[in-house]
Amino acid sequence: MSLKSTQLPTPTPSKSRTLGPTSLLAGRFSLPKRPAGTVYRGREGMWSWVLHRITGVAIFFFLLVHILDTALVRVSPEAYNAVVATYKNPIMGLGELALVAAIGFHALNGLRIILIDFWSVGARYHRLMFWIAMVLWGVLMLGFAPRHLMHVFGGA
Amino acid sequence: MSTVTIEAAQTRIPERTTEPTSVEDAPPGSFVVTLIIRRYIPEIDDEPRWQDFDVRVLPTDRVLDALHKIKWEQDGSLTFRRSCAHGICGSDAMRINGRNRLACKTLIKDLDPSQPIYVEAIKGLPLEKDLVVDMEPFYESYKQIQPFLIANSTPPAGRERVQNPVARERFDDTTKCILCAACTSSCPVFWTDGQYFGPAAIVNAHRFIFDDRDEGAQVRLDILNDKEGVWRCRTTFNCSEACPRGIEITKAIKEVKQAILTGKP
Repeated sequence: MSLKSTQLPTPTPSKSRTLGPTSLLAGRFSLPKRPAGTVYRGREGMWSWVLHRITGVAIFFFLLVHILDTALVRVSPEAYNAVVATYKNPIMGLGELALVAAIGFHALNGLRIILIDFWSVGARYHRLMFWIAMVLWGVLMLGFAPRHLMHVFGGA
Repeated sequence: MSTVTIEAAQTRIPERTTEPTSVEDAPPGSFVVTLIIRRYIPEIDDEPRWQDFDVRVLPTDRVLDALHKIKWEQDGSLTFRRSCAHGICGSDAMRINGRNRLACKTLIKDLDPSQPIYVEAIKGLPLEKDLVVDMEPFYESYKQIQPFLIANSTPPAGRERVQNPVARERFDDTTKCILCAACTSSCPVFWTDGQYFGPAAIVNAHRFIFDDRDEGAQVRLDILNDKEGVWRCRTTFNCSEACPRGIEITKAIKEVKQAILTGKP
């Protein structure tokens, strides 16, 4: 049902009348189901910020655990060894790969952000710098991932 | 409104007729494009809903022309702001296919006409009706940075305040702002709680901070050194990409950051 101003009733403050989308298949295309609106279509700048935030929070939680387990060595070396031994399984191995990927991205993108703020023409070349950072990140991961996965899945 | 007028109106406005009655009526080169618009009429809608309209347009038409055709020929209740319709007044900033644009500067041919065109109100400001938002919080930030010349000295007798071209060039980019709010409402930091001053306010502060005739730079730098000031910028560059005047907004914000750090413009 389409709605026209000429058909509008006198506005009533009551919430008795609810209208959904006109119809989810009103015309040639289906309508979005999100009343809150679509996701903003940002470019490299926005998505690198999203990734920077996600990797940043992830690294924070890793550091929290990392400081706790490293502090265990002060409690007793045996306790430390026992905890670290539980990390030696394929799931944690993949976790380590994700950790290195996250830190690599956060570090390189962090350098890019510093250049944006402190290099006089940094803001103009932010998109180019993002892709340079991505290439560097890819090269670093290509060097690390095969060797690391050989350790994790190929036995000692 | 009596029942008679409603019926009369209904007979005048047929349901979803966007196709011209005969092929000869269609302008050469025109085609039908679907606009999917996020509608919200506070008197009848509990929450916004999506509605589609088929409009016959020319490739060189603008999104604003398509909105006009809908309002004038299909559904007069469609509400949006526009004033000059030529990219100067900054009234018709809206989210077109997920990005903030001026409807009057976005040509249909620059979008993909085979796909529907999504049109929504700008984000982060209170939605009033359809594509209209409450701009008051936006203007409030603008007022707070004191967007006017502050000069305690008097100009030389019988003359204006002279400025050399190099000094004028220093802030030329930020004089272009038309206060359309496309930048501020594209900023993820502004969306979170609306407390951030926002790119537009900082751009207009930049315009006076770097003007050598102005003596209020330190006042404005102190205002923007606030926790809701320039330091909340996360350099997402959404503002620079949304600006219909092509202002390098993130660069302007970074220059204000550096002016605060060094203590001088």
